[in-house]
Amino acid sequence: MFLQLCRIMALLIILPSLSNAFEFNGKVGVSTMLFQHAPLYKSQHQQYASVLSELEFYHDWNNAQDSLLFKPYARIDQHDNERSHFDIRELMWLHAGDDWELRTGIGKVFWGVNESNHLVDIINQDDQVDDINGEPKLGQPMINLSLIRDWGIVDLFILPGFRERTFPGEEGRLRGFLAVDTDHAEYESSAAEKHVDFALRWSHSMGDYDIGLSYFQGTDRDPHYKLKINSHGVPKLIPYYDQINQFSVDFQATFDGWLWKLEAIKRKDEFDDFAAVSGGFEYTINGIMDSSSDLGIIAEYSWDERGDRGINQFQNDMMFGLRLGFNDAQSTEILAGWMQYLDYSDLRSFQIEANRRIGENWKLLLDLRFFSEHKLNPIGQDDHLQITLERYF
Amino acid sequence: MMKAITILIFIILLCTPVFILAGEAEDKGMEIATQRKIHDQGWGDSSAEMIMTLRNKSGQKSIREIRIKSLEVIDDGDKGLTIFDRPLDVKGTAFLSFSHPLGNDDQWLYLPALKRVKRISSKNKSGPFMGSEFAYEDLSSFEIEKYSYKYLADENCGDKSPQPINLPDVVLQKSSPANKTVDKFSVDKSPQHKCFKVENTPLYKHSGYTKIISWIDQQEYRVYKAEYYDRKKSLLKTLTFSNYQQYKNKFWRADQYKMINHQTGKSTDLDWKNYQFSIGLSDKDFNKNTLKRIR
Repeated sequence: MFLQLCRIMALLIILPSLSNAFEFNGKVGVSTMLFQHAPLYKSQHQQYASVLSELEFYHDWNNAQDSLLFKPYARIDQHDNERSHFDIRELMWLHAGDDWELRTGIGKVFWGVNESNHLVDIINQDDQVDDINGEPKLGQPMINLSLIRDWGIVDLFILPGFRERTFPGEEGRLRGFLAVDTDHAEYESSAAEKHVDFALRWSHSMGDYDIGLSYFQGTDRDPHYKLKINSHGVPKLIPYYDQINQFSVDFQATFDGWLWKLEAIKRKDEFDDFAAVSGGFEYTINGIMDSSSDLGIIAEYSWDERGDRGINQFQNDMMFGLRLGFNDAQSTEILAGWMQYLDYSDLRSFQIEANRRIGENWKLLLDLRFFSEHKLNPIGQDDHLQITLERYF
Repeated sequence: MMKAITILIFIILLCTPVFILAGEAEDKGMEIATQRKIHDQGWGDSSAEMIMTLRNKSGQKSIREIRIKSLEVIDDGDKGLTIFDRPLDVKGTAFLSFSHPLGNDDQWLYLPALKRVKRISSKNKSGPFMGSEFAYEDLSSFEIEKYSYKYLADENCGDKSPQPINLPDVVLQKSSPANKTVDKFSVDKSPQHKCFKVENTPLYKHSGYTKIISWIDQQEYRVYKAEYYDRKKSLLKTLTFSNYQQYKNKFWRADQYKMINHQTGKSTDLDWKNYQFSIGLSDKDFNKNTLKRIR
């Protein structure tokens, strides 16, 4: 398996030199996760290796008014069958008019301003098994019309088809006692994963202020969970996706070295009608200690009206972070974050993300994560170091 | 703005005899800066490609490739869109900037992996651009309001002034038919330049410099050399411009910038190519949406 994959990767590195009709880029990588503690459940392991590949095929025509982007992604994990997965991150036809743009296909959209809690960002589903940091997203089918006006940008979205969240499998770490059974997901809507969702957004920049107002109606990206016993008498954790309406606002004020951020949502789902808020600041000190490095100080507070009822981890939590950018030729960056749950003083997590370019085309990434052991934390035993080496081409 | 400058020049000319007593050097400095701005006014919009070569003390090289689209804004700083092609891990990253002569610029950074447009703080104009020896403020547009001025002397721009290209074939090749917007492609052939030596003092409170000494030629008001003095008032960097080319019969652009950091021994070269003017860019090409789809 691994040998075969190495051959494919070698081919992919050679391929670009042969093609010049369109743009071809991408990255391949190898990654390992080293867990500090022995696993809690016997199907799990202490070390994991994986390989990943993200390719990008791009072609444009009609004076670049039209373009097509295809971005397949794959990861193969040594142990976890669920983490070995393939996804079309993008397959998007973009047509740009004079003051409008139409995107048709599969794509990714980001809304919001915060670092720790992406409250407002809702179009794409988390590819949680790929990384728990919330950054990898599954490609979302969409038709997106953008209207660019003097008074802001209006985005209309029709989202045909829903993507289920990915979760670690039986052999994976970073899960609770029961692995989530992604083969038997349930839905509130009778259309299940074929429900067509709808979203509308207005965003604008006015001097030092950037603001966005959004509305979303459709399948909840955050599942609820049902405990079920299957026909063999085995308990299963089934994700349940209800229907929601959500209004949201995201706002950033940028003054000198200060970024002030706020995100808020009002969501009506099958069980609740609630608000949640997340906001804070990032202050950057330039040229610390007579160097050319920048130090960013981040503080963000999150609150969720549902409290313990909620499925969201950000119910009354504080995040403190430090971002160190070296501004060197290797673009070295370190981000350290400490998440403190205010309702439970002994519940917290700590993580460091660091990355650095090596030579012209390689990149090394380190992620170190610690979780406190607590009855509310299913992954308290899963402190780990993740090392990833990527090659760009 | 044009009107204001005309009035300003008129006032300067009218009052010259009076000012001889006080602040003559300052007035002459201001006049040179005003001429410099006038000589480069009306370019409208442009695009160019640039290769940036970073060298450390031991000569190790690192290459960056970027493309820049610019829009002239008459009553304010210019608008710029910068697209990163190399190194490959930042390919697709794009940077949108609305500059303001004295206040903070409005800046957005597009991160393609996250599809995220981030509004970023622009206070750090003195910070390094892509790990190079160029600070953001070294690459921003020249605006009169950014500095106070003091004329120091007339000086020859010296041996290090640009080497004229005397190979017309090369020039013809460069001026390919695709590059229709270049009306005339002339090469600077004058063997020696008489320059004004001017001291510029940044008025922006977060500038990384206490002063910049620049050498500006007396015919065309092009900058040939600039010396940057750090916050401790010691010489930090020297920038030299060479191979000036004229576009649209008026606007001069240097093909090569060379920045040497005297304190670290590091250097950065910028090699510009494919300068194009009047390609029809407008405000519509400089917003958050274009930032997301630019290639």
